[in-house]
Amino acid sequence: MVPVSYYLILSGILFACGVTGFLIKRNIITIFMSIELMLNGVNLSFVAFAAEWKALSGQVFVFFVMVVAAAEAAVGLAIIIAVYRTRETLNVDQVNLLKL
Amino acid sequence: MGGAQYFTGTDYLLSLPIILLTLFALGILLIDLMIPRELKWVNAATAFVGVLFAAGGLVRIQLAQAELMLQGERVEWAFMHSMIMDHFAIYFSYLFLAGAAIAILMSVRYLEIEHEHHGEFYSLILFSVVGMMVMASGFDIVLIFIGLELMAISTYVLVGFLRSDKRSNEAALKYLLLGAFSSGIFAYGLSLFYGLTGSTNLVNIGIGVQRELTARHNHASPILVVALLTTCVGLFFKIAAIPFHQWLPDAYEGAPTSVTGFMSVAVKAAAWAMLLRILIWGLYPMRKVYLPLLIFVSIVTMTGANLAALTQNNLKRLLAYSSIAHVGYMLLGLVAFASVDYPDAAMTDGLKGILLYLLVYTFMNLGAFAVVTSLRQRDVIGDEIDDIAGLFSRAPTEAVLMLIFLLSLAGIPPLAGFYGKYFIFLSLMESGHYVLASLAVLYAVFGLYYYMRIANAMFMREATDKTRLPISVAMKFALGVSAVATVYIGIFPERFIKLVTWSAGL
Repeated sequence: MVPVSYYLILSGILFACGVTGFLIKRNIITIFMSIELMLNGVNLSFVAFAAEWKALSGQVFVFFVMVVAAAEAAVGLAIIIAVYRTRETLNVDQVNLLKL
Repeated sequence: MGGAQYFTGTDYLLSLPIILLTLFALGILLIDLMIPRELKWVNAATAFVGVLFAAGGLVRIQLAQAELMLQGERVEWAFMHSMIMDHFAIYFSYLFLAGAAIAILMSVRYLEIEHEHHGEFYSLILFSVVGMMVMASGFDIVLIFIGLELMAISTYVLVGFLRSDKRSNEAALKYLLLGAFSSGIFAYGLSLFYGLTGSTNLVNIGIGVQRELTARHNHASPILVVALLTTCVGLFFKIAAIPFHQWLPDAYEGAPTSVTGFMSVAVKAAAWAMLLRILIWGLYPMRKVYLPLLIFVSIVTMTGANLAALTQNNLKRLLAYSSIAHVGYMLLGLVAFASVDYPDAAMTDGLKGILLYLLVYTFMNLGAFAVVTSLRQRDVIGDEIDDIAGLFSRAPTEAVLMLIFLLSLAGIPPLAGFYGKYFIFLSLMESGHYVLASLAVLYAVFGLYYYMRIANAMFMREATDKTRLPISVAMKFALGVSAVATVYIGIFPERFIKLVTWSAGL
């Protein structure tokens, strides 16, 4: 059996990739995918812990995280389309009307 | 946690306001299809009635609890210990409903001017209130997370509600990206707490964390520190404490003004309810570990927000930074709470201060935003300081009310804002944080300067547009309620101090 720490390290790596992607990428869609990657890291750590504790609540949380991610993607893509219609760009550096 | 296998009548009774609000929100979506363009105010009226019904549901819960209390039975837990309708949750639910009701009144005319008067708006406001109530009453991290996301997703759409407006789109995008990012970090922290304690219930998480700490002679293991840090970063993002505040000024500036008002009180109060639930109820054993973090964040928040607010020329942005500064003051109440042990006056005063602050903040800040909302005309966006210039000659009553709200925000007695600050500074003194207390008082003086800049523009400067400002009946009502509450709480604070003491369960 694979020890739980392996899963946790993988989940940590996924999460860190997501955070890095969020911080360095400039395309809105890619940033959005990075957030999904972070949530997948969270999911992996929840199922790993659920298997370790032999408790179901962690797996239940994963289902809800997936639902939330789907809802967020639906709203997010709608907002991205609205932004694209008014500006014709998906680069976050050019979405800069609101500033100090 | 064991308990009943199926849901009982108690479960449904305790979630009555949530159920009612959901029904009304869905009802508005249906009604909206049937009513013609000119009658869109019916949606607003329905939403308002929905809020009243939810408040009635809360009263019903209180009556039932009081009745069972006489028989020596406490009925607070619902849905197998994942939800608790205690005084704290009831108090916050009333607060959210008050915020939503005033925001609905503010929106009617504003949305007509923007040509975006749709039923979905009111439906989304009700849905986000449902999410807030779940956040305040949830005692299981699964439920708290769902409530948080229901509120956040509804608010993302509300911020971007002016679809053809570039600023509104941009604000929604920034809010969405940073909101989703912070939710991800928050969920990661929760997953680590789950891993450490094997439960998603805050009670068991608290017990597990205590066991972990005792086993290591009160030293937190690295994994516990990582869990705490990620959870706190998520929470600080949601209450918008510096350095996690970048989304807030942009979202506040770009959002429709009535939504900005709603976000600055209800969404903020919900984030605070969640933060207090997790840090005080769940992670109470770790309070000595997160105390330095709180002190650091509160100092940075007060400093950064007050300095940034000095130079703002946009009213919404200025009020956005002022709301960040208020978060800094409220965090000080938590600092006082966390730095003493159980039976200490500083603890109760700190918590009382935060709760009272959120109450008075709801009315004074919504009032200020109501005035800014009414500046919006057919061809005037009306959110710059120049737009409020000479308001006294255009709408004398509004200008005087705005002055009251601004003085209250600055914390001048005998207005309501003073008592929020009073209890927080008192608790800081009681817990021995004299330097922090003097720093906070110093920043409150900074605050007075930028609030008075607005007052100066209203009373001393000439108006560019001399026409009288038309104000709708609903808006007058919203302004009246906020102003009366701001003055009344300030002059007769005893009743409200009792109220917050009750709500904190002290």
